[in-house]
Amino acid sequence: MNGFLQALANPSVPFVRNALIGSVLAAFLFGILGSLVTVRRIAGLAGAISHTVLGGIGLALFLAAKGAPKWVTPMLGALVFAVLAALTISAVSLKAKQREDTVINALWAIGMSLGIVFMAKTPGYADPMSYLFGNILLVTSADLYLLAALTLSVLVLVWRYYRHLEAASFDEEFAATKGVPVTAIYLALLLVIAVAIVLLQTFVGIVMVIAMLTLPAGTAGYFSRNLAGMMVNATILSLIFSVSGLVVSWHFDLPAGAVIVLLAGAVFIAFAAGKLVAGKRLTRSRL
Amino acid sequence: MSDITRGGAARLASTSRPAAAVGTTTAVRTTTAAVRAHSEEQHLPHSPEHVAIWCKDLAFRYREAQVFDHVSFHVHHGEFVALTGKNGAGKSTLLKLIVGILEPASGEVLVFGAPPKKQTESIGYVPQHAGFDPAFPIAVKEVVGMGRLSGLARVLRGQKQEEIDWALEQAEVNDLRERRFSALSGGQRRRVLVARALVGHPKLLVLDEPTANMDAASEKKFYDVLARVKGNTTVLVATHDSDFVSALADTVLCVGQDVEHPHSVHRHALEQADHAPEELYGGKVVRVRHDIELPDNACCEGKD
Repeated sequence: MNGFLQALANPSVPFVRNALIGSVLAAFLFGILGSLVTVRRIAGLAGAISHTVLGGIGLALFLAAKGAPKWVTPMLGALVFAVLAALTISAVSLKAKQREDTVINALWAIGMSLGIVFMAKTPGYADPMSYLFGNILLVTSADLYLLAALTLSVLVLVWRYYRHLEAASFDEEFAATKGVPVTAIYLALLLVIAVAIVLLQTFVGIVMVIAMLTLPAGTAGYFSRNLAGMMVNATILSLIFSVSGLVVSWHFDLPAGAVIVLLAGAVFIAFAAGKLVAGKRLTRSRL
Repeated sequence: MSDITRGGAARLASTSRPAAAVGTTTAVRTTTAAVRAHSEEQHLPHSPEHVAIWCKDLAFRYREAQVFDHVSFHVHHGEFVALTGKNGAGKSTLLKLIVGILEPASGEVLVFGAPPKKQTESIGYVPQHAGFDPAFPIAVKEVVGMGRLSGLARVLRGQKQEEIDWALEQAEVNDLRERRFSALSGGQRRRVLVARALVGHPKLLVLDEPTANMDAASEKKFYDVLARVKGNTTVLVATHDSDFVSALADTVLCVGQDVEHPHSVHRHALEQADHAPEELYGGKVVRVRHDIELPDNACCEGKD
């Protein structure tokens, strides 16, 4: 811990401080969006969006190596693919519900494969692993500004439209009879999730984004009384997981992203197992 | 079937109408229009702004299946209507058309003279809520609070609190307000959803199979709540039991019961069911005479 604190204070290693600020900002997104993903049961959908992102990154890297203009960056490729994936999935899920899971898994696989193929054909070195697992210590100041802007927007939107989000997630049909634009809310949510995935994957990695969108919120769901409480608790949990993960990984020289997810996963499994045991005891005592 | 129908209707009118139904439905007029040709233009006896629900020549289809074709009917203010029909006949679909979740392919549904989407304040909807997720963390008071929503308008803390308190009282769930919604029994959950629909004093309450999978005691309690609502509010309730409906019902509409016209909605007669055990049905019931079709204006005597 001491070593970590010293590194934080040391101006010659700004990446440690950036990683910490990034973790704090990301925790809000993981907590708030993760809670909505969890109660709406669209984790698979978020997974598909995040994996198609690899296709966009691969395509952008490939084009850049072939002499495309400078603005063709992996971030832009990721954004385009994420938004396209979100729109495709929402169109399918709104029009033909029975095909939703097929499309989600197809996009997941196709997106990843495209990424691998493009990266293989990109001259020079492009390692898919670095995009899958990210590196929180590589987060730049520019990334942080974007992340801060997104976090702020999400906070404002959720604050303003909390009751509508709650109603549309809990009972879409009823919300619709009250004039709540449930389809627009669903689309907006998917697009925000897509943008968040693009920004977050740069330092947590594609695989980790999904873990952090589901594990803290899933854990919070075990003891939260309402959606707002779930969002707050999931944010606090994300914060604890990311900061303690950073410290542990620094101390033991381990990959930070993987350590964070393992911590989050361990706590989630502990809660799930505890709930299971408590539930069994309760049914037994009733018999 | 016309002779039997008319004879039966006449008999019902003179003798065996259930007490509960006499007040508002009024006697059945015998009329030669009892059997209507479905292809011809159907005339409704009232203009849309004089009735609660006005449905004319409605057609609806899901991509592969025709659900409704040439459906016309109307429901008066303050009427209690039971909507019956087999599973898959289209009861839920009809309710969703009436509350504005679905749009008709052709024809018109008007609620208090306006399209349902413009009447969100007047309509209280109790959906089946079959996709309810028990892991959703939410308290009863928050579920009922959703009744305050109106489009994207801001909902403030404490807004319409009296209305929420009133709705909780009406549905007899006031003592449950702090409880987790998922911890309630099925019957309690249904009453909470009724409370939510009652926030804002809707003029029309629409319920989709609210007593499905409910034991008789819960069902009785549920209909006690509806009895309190009846009169001030027009009630349209879909029910899975198509032979008997609650004695609260003034009118029964049957979806898809006609073999020749499976995509239609018909008004059928009600008669007293002396031998139906109340403990089995959670209260007084009346029998639906599916063999007796009534004309669409059967409910109109004494009304403008």
